[in-house]
Amino acid sequence: MKILVPVKRVIDYNVKPRVKADGSAVDLANVKMSMNPFDEIAVEEAVKLKEAGTATEIVAVSIGEQKATETLRTALAMGADRGILVVADGDMPEPLAVAKILAKIAQEESPDLVLLGKQAIDDDSNQVGQMLAALLDLPQGTFASKVEPGDGHVTVTREVDGGLETLKLTTPAIITTDLRLNEPRYASLPNIMKAKKKPIDEKTPADYGVDTSPRLTVVKVAEPAKREAGEIVADVETLVAKLKEMGVAA
Amino acid sequence: MSILVLADHDNEALAPATLVAVTAATKLGGDVHVLVAGEGSQAVADAAAKVAGVDKILHADDAAYGNALAENLTPLIVGLMDGYDALLAPATTTGKNVAPRIAAKLDIQMISEIIAINDDGSFERPTYAGNVIATVKTSDAKKVITVRGTAFDKAATEGGSASVEAISGAGDSGKSSFVSAEIAESERPELTSAGIIVSGGRALQSGENFEKIIEPLADKLGAAVGASRAAVDAGYVPNDYQVGQTGKIVAPEVYIAIGISGAIQHLAGMKDSKTIIAINKDADAPIFQVADYGLVADLYQAVPELTEKL
Ligand SMILES: Cc1cc2nc3c(=O)[nH]c(=O)nc-3n(C[C@H](O)[C@H](O)[C@H](O)COP(=O)(O)OP(=O)(O)OC[C@H]3O[C@@H](n4cnc5c(N)ncnc54)[C@H](O)[C@@H]3O)c2cc1C
Ligand SMILES: Nc1ncnc2c1ncn2[C@@H]1O[C@H](COP(=O)(O)O)[C@@H](O)[C@H]1O
Repeated sequence: MKILVPVKRVIDYNVKPRVKADGSAVDLANVKMSMNPFDEIAVEEAVKLKEAGTATEIVAVSIGEQKATETLRTALAMGADRGILVVADGDMPEPLAVAKILAKIAQEESPDLVLLGKQAIDDDSNQVGQMLAALLDLPQGTFASKVEPGDGHVTVTREVDGGLETLKLTTPAIITTDLRLNEPRYASLPNIMKAKKKPIDEKTPADYGVDTSPRLTVVKVAEPAKREAGEIVADVETLVAKLKEMGVAA
Repeated sequence: MSILVLADHDNEALAPATLVAVTAATKLGGDVHVLVAGEGSQAVADAAAKVAGVDKILHADDAAYGNALAENLTPLIVGLMDGYDALLAPATTTGKNVAPRIAAKLDIQMISEIIAINDDGSFERPTYAGNVIATVKTSDAKKVITVRGTAFDKAATEGGSASVEAISGAGDSGKSSFVSAEIAESERPELTSAGIIVSGGRALQSGENFEKIIEPLADKLGAAVGASRAAVDAGYVPNDYQVGQTGKIVAPEVYIAIGISGAIQHLAGMKDSKTIIAINKDADAPIFQVADYGLVADLYQAVPELTEKL
C-alpha cells in the first residue's frame, strides 16, 4: 500500500501572529515556522502503517515557498520515503488550487490512501482533503480518530459534533486527521541525518498545469478587538455574589 | 439572488446551527431555500418550513441521505446548484465535511466559517486561531460558504410558512457506508447552544474528578459541560466536549473555565462568550487576561464550595 501525505509549512502553533501595519497580511518575517500539527499526525499515521507492514511507501508533498523543503525534511525524518516539493512563488495557493495540484500528483502516484490534516492552523480552512476527494471522485473520511485499512476498503472513525461515527470507505480513499488519531513522534538525530539523503523532487504548479491565481481578494486583515482583563475576586463568596448579580444563580 | 441552505439535522430535529445559516442567508438577500436531505426526516422538513425567512424547502428523503454521507449528498446538491447563486452550510462537522466537496465539484473557492457579511459584498472570517480576522471578496460567480454558529442570531423557529417540495437524487454512490455511531445522550444542554458552560482542563486529572467536581456545578447552573484539548486527549471526557480552534466554537452568556490555562487554541473557541469566569491556582495563567472575573484558587477546594453556596 502506498500513502501520500500532503504537509504544509505554517506558523508554529505556539506563536501569536501579528498583522502588518498596513493591514495587508500577517507578518511572517522572522517568525518560527513548523509543519502543520495535523499533518504531523498524518505523517505519524502513515509511518505507523508502514511499521505494521501495511504500507510500503510514503510520499510526502508540500506546496509553498522553497523553504517548505524543511517541512518535507521533517516528514522524511519521521519516516516518509521521499518528497515532492511544489514551489509556488508569491502567495500561498488557495485550498482549491492546492487540491488541484494534489489531484494531479495523486493521479501520477496512484496512492491507496492520501492522509491530510483536517485543517491548516494558519488559514483554518478545513477544505483541501474534501476538495481533493471531490476532484478524484474518491470517498472521504474526515476528522479521523481511528484508521483501519482492510482489503479494498478502509474503516475510519470520525470525530463529529455529537461524538464518534464510523464509516467504511472503498479504497483508494482520502482521510483527514483529527487530534486523537495518534501522538506524533519526534524525529531522532540519526533519522534526521538519514533524511538528508532521501530524495526530494522539485516541481512547479505549471508542471501540473494548474493555474494558482487566487479567487479570493483579501481586502484586509485585522486583529480582533481585545478583551479587557476584568477583576480578580477575593474569594468564592464574592464570585457567588457576582453570579447572582448576573442573574445566573438565584 | 437565490440561496440554498443545507440543513444539518439528525432526521428528527434541525441542528440550531442551521438557523444561524438561515439568518446569514437572509442577510445576503433574495430567496432562501433550505435543503433537508435525510431518511425518515419529514419532521425536520416540517420544522424547517416554519422557520422565519425561509421561502421553500427541498426535501430529499432516501436511505442514501440518512447519515449525511458526503459522497451521496454532493451529487444531489451539485445538481441543484444550477438554480442558486450561493450555498450556505452551518460550520458543523456535517457542513465542514460536505461543503468543500461541493465547492470543488463546482470549481469554487469556498469561504470557510464566515462571521460577518459586509455591505460591499465582502465576508469576514477568523484565521490563525481567531487571532486574525480576514476580510475577503470572491471573484467566483457562485459562492459556497460555511457559517460560524456563534456569528449570527438564530432565525425564529416559528412564523415561516414555506412550501415543501419532495426531490430525489442519484442515491447511493457505493463509495462509502455508515457502520456505527457513538453519540452521547445527555440531559444537559448542548454545548454550542447552551447559555452557560462549565469547562474543565488538565487540572481535573481524571474523568472521575470531572464527575465529582465539574458536573455538580454544571447541574446546579443548568449548564453544558466543556473541556480543553488536554482533558479530552487524556480521556477524562469524550471528544465532543472540546472547545477551541479545532473543537467547538461557543459563545454562551457565561463561560466558566476551571483548571484551564488559556492557550490561544482554547481561547479561539470561547473568547466571544459574554462573561468569562476563570478559576485557576496560577495567578499568571493567560486565561485571566480574558476573564471578567478571576478566582485564584485551588479548584479542588473552590469549586465544591462554589457549588455548595449557589
Ligand atoms: C493543532 C492544535 C490544535 C489545538 N486545538 C485546541 C482546541 O481546540 N482546544 C483546546 O483547548 N486546546 C487546543 N490545543 C491545545 C492547547 O495548545 C493547550 O495545550 C491546551 O488547551 C491546554 O489545556 P489545559 O489548559 O487544560 O492544560 P494546561 O495548559 O496544562 O493548563 C492546566 C491549568 O490548570 C491549572 N491548575 C493545575 N492544578 C490546579 C488546581 N488544583 N486548581 C486550579 N488550577 C489548577 C494550572 O495552573 C494550568 O493553568 C491545540 C493544540 C494544537 C497544537
Ligand atoms: N500548501 C500545502 N502543501 C501541502 N499540503 C497542504 C497545503 N495546504 C493544505 N495542505 C493539506 O491540506 C490540509 C488542510 O488544509 P486547509 O484546507 O488549508 O485547512 C492540511 O492539513 C494539509 O495536509
